[in-house]
Amino acid sequence: MKSTPHAFKYQAKQALKNIHLQSALARSKSHFIDKRRAAIDALPEFDALRQRARKIKEHTLAHLDFYLEEFEKQVQNSGGEVHWAETPDSACEQIISIAKAAKAQRVTKGKSMICEEIALNSALEKAGFDVVETDLGEYIIQLAKEPPSHIIAPAVHKTREQVADLFHQHHQKYGLNEKLSEIPDLVNEARHVLREKFLSADVGITGANFLIAKTGSTVIVTNEGNGDLTNTLPRIHIVVTSIEKVVPTLEDCTTLLRLLARSATGQEITSYTTFSTGPRRREDLDGPTEFHVVLVDNGRSSLLGSEFHDMLRCIRCGACLNHCPVYGAVGGHAYGWVYPGPMGSVLTPLMLGLKEAGELPNASTLCGRCEAVCPMQIPLPKLLRAHRVKEYQAKLSPFSGRFALKLWAFFAKKPRLYHRLTALMIRLLAKLGCRRYLPFAGGWTESRDLPVPQGKTFMAAWKE
Amino acid sequence: MTHSPRVGLFVTCLVDLFRPNVGFAAIKLLEKAGCQVEVPTAQTCCGQPAYNNGDWANSRAIAKQVIELFYDFDYIVAPSGSCIGMLKRHYPQLFEADKKWQVKAQAFAERCYELVSFLTDVCQIKIEAGFAQTVTYHDSCSGLRELGIAKQPRQLLSDVQGINLRDMNESDVCCGFGGTFCVKYPDISARLVSDKVANIEETNADVLLAGDMGCLLNIAGRLKRLNSSVKVYHIAEVLANMTNVPAIND
Ligand code: SF4
Repeated sequence: MKSTPHAFKYQAKQALKNIHLQSALARSKSHFIDKRRAAIDALPEFDALRQRARKIKEHTLAHLDFYLEEFEKQVQNSGGEVHWAETPDSACEQIISIAKAAKAQRVTKGKSMICEEIALNSALEKAGFDVVETDLGEYIIQLAKEPPSHIIAPAVHKTREQVADLFHQHHQKYGLNEKLSEIPDLVNEARHVLREKFLSADVGITGANFLIAKTGSTVIVTNEGNGDLTNTLPRIHIVVTSIEKVVPTLEDCTTLLRLLARSATGQEITSYTTFSTGPRRREDLDGPTEFHVVLVDNGRSSLLGSEFHDMLRCIRCGACLNHCPVYGAVGGHAYGWVYPGPMGSVLTPLMLGLKEAGELPNASTLCGRCEAVCPMQIPLPKLLRAHRVKEYQAKLSPFSGRFALKLWAFFAKKPRLYHRLTALMIRLLAKLGCRRYLPFAGGWTESRDLPVPQGKTFMAAWKE
Repeated sequence: MTHSPRVGLFVTCLVDLFRPNVGFAAIKLLEKAGCQVEVPTAQTCCGQPAYNNGDWANSRAIAKQVIELFYDFDYIVAPSGSCIGMLKRHYPQLFEADKKWQVKAQAFAERCYELVSFLTDVCQIKIEAGFAQTVTYHDSCSGLRELGIAKQPRQLLSDVQGINLRDMNESDVCCGFGGTFCVKYPDISARLVSDKVANIEETNADVLLAGDMGCLLNIAGRLKRLNSSVKVYHIAEVLANMTNVPAIND
């Protein structure tokens, strides 16, 4: 996927003007927020659960090497294989070589953000495979040739009319002639087309929400059941996942599951929670004959113990996106890469560098709503600030801004000078009256007047 | 509360520049609550612009200046959730690598209070004010989420004679000010403040109140641009019965 976080400002501007996007965002906003609120109000121990979840993750991260090795051992014991990938390229290469060795042609995929992170689809297509996304949202954006705009609702930026148009355009080859407009009809149409793909796939690729060290199981949660068809029908099941997803036991996993569904969709539990442990056993009626887990690092191990360590607790629930006023205004694509919203504004610069993605941690009012809803108690505003500090130190932020800041700080450290200067300035501003336009303050006056100061500064009045 | 505590008023830079009336209202309220109020004149700003823009060296220098200047007071009070959030929550973080200053910043932080919560949680003030208007209250982000202030302003407002308080939708959602955010990302900020104004107008309130000058200037500026009839005041002005001045958006 092309990355364009550097163009955030431009992209945000376009997004604000896009009426389809705005109507889709308006529709989804209260939906997510209200449902989460209701689910959490119904669970008095929510905060206690958060504490426990945090402890589980912190414990695991402190012994990450141990639990990953344990996980690998158990996967092997159940007949599967674990592949370690330090970089996205290495992950893609290993996945392609598994698929090639199996002489595969068609690959079905469950929804997975890590696959987006490593740009797996384009790598598979380049290698000649027919790749089909099977999550409805992912399927829609695959047709639209767009990246996801939300980590749990990839097509949330699309209106129903746009989906109808897409199906009309792409499904004629499957015999769809009329334009569907009702949601159930659209869902049935997708189901109908996907069914044939499920049955003819050689490789099924899913992500994982959790990995369980003690049993070597991988866990996914879905609401459509497409994940189960992706991991049981094809000959080969490849789980693409990242190293921080491991937890020690099944019980730990269920604690996190209770937080995940409630924070994400406001459900107590998703429609399907699927545990995959190794390939088909002799007595099993179905399941893949090969089971592979590709464990991606992509910089995560270097975050351990760093100032961004807390981010490794993220369970990708999307609550921080749903509650972020900036995300709610501009949607996910403006962020220009895989992960949008507050969690993305922390992760993207870590993965693509501050030079490319330095806009993102700045594009936040630091209102703290993300931290307040994060089930894993990740201090997102603090992490956004940490990026800003790095950016300032590396002199990556615009010169004009740094200069203005320095000038202001110079005066703020000299109270007498500061008060003399501000007293003058404010008297002038008060004389000018209410401003619709002010030089150097265009950002403010474009959409707001500048309120008139009362006349004297407090300090000038106080001294009298 | 100790008998007649010595309170240092941290005026905040925006009150100093734009709305001295809020500073005087704060003094009146604190004195009424039985405090001895002093205003150290060598104060400027809490350092938040530097802190939020990555310049922690200057931010630390300013923090030290504030801590030294106010350290000997029993309490440090400001009519702003945002500035007190800075003093109380962020100063200790600034000194994570400096043991001596961290201890000091922490001891200092414990005595810092936002005005309205100080008047309810530490003092027991009796509000004697009248304001026969329908008002709606915007929860500033820092006050609400860094300091947990939500009930206190509503409780004190309910003691104001004649007032009619009507909650707006999404009163807990950011108004789009965000310090330098509003000039760095004017389009997004404009959108957020427009959403806020829509929620305000939906209540049909005559007056918007909040406890932070940043939010108030932002919302007032937008209301003024739209020629709205909703008037904007700082909550301290209402509680101190000091609304006999033009509103912030007049
Ligand atoms: S940062 Fe927290 S709220 Fe955001 S996706 Fe991760 S776990 Fe969920």
